[in-house]
Amino acid sequence: MGVEIKIENLTKSFGKDLIWKGVTLTVPAGEICVMLGPSGTGKSVLLKTLIGLLKPNEGSVIIEGVDIANCSEKDLYEIRKLFGVLFQDGAMFGSMNLYDNVAFPLREHTKKSESDIRKIVMEKMDLVGLIGAEYKLPGEISGGMRKRAGLARALVLDPEIVLFDEPDSGLDPVRTSFLNQLIVDLNAQIDATFVIVTHDVNSCRTVPDNIGLLYHKHLAMFGPREMLLSSEEPVVRQFLNAQRVGPIGMSEEKDADELAAESDQELPPLPPIPLQLAPSNGIPRRAQRPPGEWCRLNGITPPPGSFMSQNAGLAPGS
Amino acid sequence: MATLTPAKALAPIGTAGKLFAFALDVIRALFKRPFQLREFLQQSWFIASVTIIPTALVAIPFGAVIALQVGGLIKQFGAESFTGSASVLAVVRNAGPIATALLVAGAGGSAIAADLGARKIREELDAMMVLGIDPIQRLVVPRVLACMLVAVFLNGLVSVVGVAGGYFFNVVLQDGTPGAYLASFTALAQLADIWQGLLKALVFGMIAAIVACYMGMNAGGGPKGVGDAVNQSVVITFLLLFVVNFVMSALYFQLVPQKTGG
Ligand SMILES: Nc1ncnc2c1ncn2[C@@H]1O[C@H](COP(=O)(O)OP(=O)(O)OP(=O)(O)O)[C@@H](O)[C@H]1O
Ligand SMILES: [Mg+2]
Repeated sequence: MGVEIKIENLTKSFGKDLIWKGVTLTVPAGEICVMLGPSGTGKSVLLKTLIGLLKPNEGSVIIEGVDIANCSEKDLYEIRKLFGVLFQDGAMFGSMNLYDNVAFPLREHTKKSESDIRKIVMEKMDLVGLIGAEYKLPGEISGGMRKRAGLARALVLDPEIVLFDEPDSGLDPVRTSFLNQLIVDLNAQIDATFVIVTHDVNSCRTVPDNIGLLYHKHLAMFGPREMLLSSEEPVVRQFLNAQRVGPIGMSEEKDADELAAESDQELPPLPPIPLQLAPSNGIPRRAQRPPGEWCRLNGITPPPGSFMSQNAGLAPGS
Repeated sequence: MATLTPAKALAPIGTAGKLFAFALDVIRALFKRPFQLREFLQQSWFIASVTIIPTALVAIPFGAVIALQVGGLIKQFGAESFTGSASVLAVVRNAGPIATALLVAGAGGSAIAADLGARKIREELDAMMVLGIDPIQRLVVPRVLACMLVAVFLNGLVSVVGVAGGYFFNVVLQDGTPGAYLASFTALAQLADIWQGLLKALVFGMIAAIVACYMGMNAGGGPKGVGDAVNQSVVITFLLLFVVNFVMSALYFQLVPQKTGG
C-alpha cells in the first residue's frame, strides 16, 4: 500500500566534510518523489541513509514507526524487507547470471518452489524488457541493461518503498521515456512509495508528484511538482529549467563577480508546466492530482501555456 | 600539508579496534544458520587452487635450506645421529607454519581482499545488505573457515615436502644414512609438535582471512582503493602473523615439556 517516509533534521558529514545538513521532508505514502541536485550534492548519500547503509550524524528517518538512523541491526534487516533499491550502477552480483540475480531475493526470503520463482522472475524480466538475456553475466551486458536488471531485482519482492538511484543515467532517450512510463505504471500497479534520484530535468518535470532539490549542503526546496515548477526561487528556477543564468555555477556556486555580471541579464520567462505522465492504461494513479489543482488551491497563476501537453517546457533536444 | 595531527597519529589504533570488532562480528556470525556450505566449498577449492602449487614450490627449497644448515651445524657438533630429528623439528615447528602463513596471506588473502574489494566498489555488498542479507555471514564466514581448512592442509603439505626435501639433501647429497635419518625422527620431536603446528596453521588461516575480508569490505575510492586494500591486507597480515607466531612458539615452549634427546 506504500509507506510514508519521514525525514527529520538529517545531517551527514564524512569527517570534516559536511554533505548536507538539516534535511527535513516527508514523502507521503504511495507518491512518486524526485530528488534533484547538482552532481556531488549527496543525493546517493541521502538514499543510502534512507536504507540505513550510512548512519547520519544527526536526525532521524522514520518508517513505520522505526527510526532507521538509530535502530538495532536486527530491526534494520527486518525493515529493509520493505525496500526495493536500484543502485546507480545496478549492483548486480557479478558471479551470478541475470536470472539468478533476480531470483536471489526470492530464494533467500521466500519458500517458493523453483517453478513459482521462474514465473515471477520471467514476469519481472519481461517488465524491464530483458527476456532473452537471462543467462548472461552482468559483466557481459551494457550499463543500461544492468540497470534494468537491477530494477527487476528491486521489484521482485513487491516492495512498499522503491528507491531509484539515477534510473535514467546511461540510458538512451527512448529507453528513458519508456522507463519513465514504466515507473508511473508500476506506481499505479503496486502503489508503493517511490523515491527517485535523477539529473534528468525532463523526467523530473513530468514524472513525480513531489520534487526536492538538494543544493549547497541543504535541501533548498521540497514540495508538490507544480509548486517547484512555478517557483521563482533562483536556484530552483535555474535547475528545473536547465539554465546557465542563476546562482549555480560549473563548480557548485558562482562567485560574486560572475553573479554581478549576470545581474543585468534578463531572466527568461518560466516555461509552461507540462502535464504529468499518466499510466498507460489511462486509469489515474491513487496519488495523482488533477492538473493545476495545486496552483489553483494556492492562488498561483501557472506560466502561460501550462497543462496543455506533456512536452511543454521541456529542455531542447527531447 | 602532511602535518601529524593527533587524529592522524591515532588512526592506526582506531583501525586496530575496528578490525577487532570485525573479528568479533565474524565469530558471532559463525554460529548463525543457515551455514553457507556451497560458498565454503567453492572458496576452499579456490584458495587451495591458488596456494597449493606455490606452497609446494616454496617448501622444497625451505626443506633443503634447513637440511643444509642444520646438517652442517650438526656435523660441527658431531651429533649426526640427530640430523633427521633436527630438521623435522625445524620444519614442523616453524618452517611449516611460516611458509603456510606467507602463502595463505600472499596468495589466498590477496585474492580474497581483491574479490571483496571489487564487490564493495560495485555496490554489491550494499545491495546484499539491502536485500536483508548479512555479508559477514554470507561471504566472510565461509572464507574464514575455508582459509583455516586450507591452511591446515598447507601446513601438512609443507611438513611432508620439507621433511622429504631434507631427507633428499641429507641422504643423497650429504651422504647421511637413511636409517639414521628416519630413526632419529622421534629423538627430539614429539607428537605435540604436530599439534602446535596444526594449531598455528588454524590461527594463521583465520587471521589472514579476517584481515583480508576486513580490508576488502572497507575498500573505498574506486579501483585504486581495491589495489590499496589488497596491498595493505598482505602487509598487515604478515606483521600480525609473525608476531603471533612468536607468541605461540614462546607459549608452546613454556607449556609443553620438551624432550631432552638421548
Ligand atoms: N563513503 C564515503 N566516504 C566519504 N565521502 C563520501 C562517501 N560517499 C560519498 N562521499 C562524498 O559525498 C559527496 C556526495 O556524494 P554522492 O555520491 O551522494 O553525490 P551525488 O549527488 O549522488 O552525485 P552524482 O549525481 O554524481 O551521483 C561526494 O563529495 C563524495 O565524495
Ligand atoms: Mg549519485
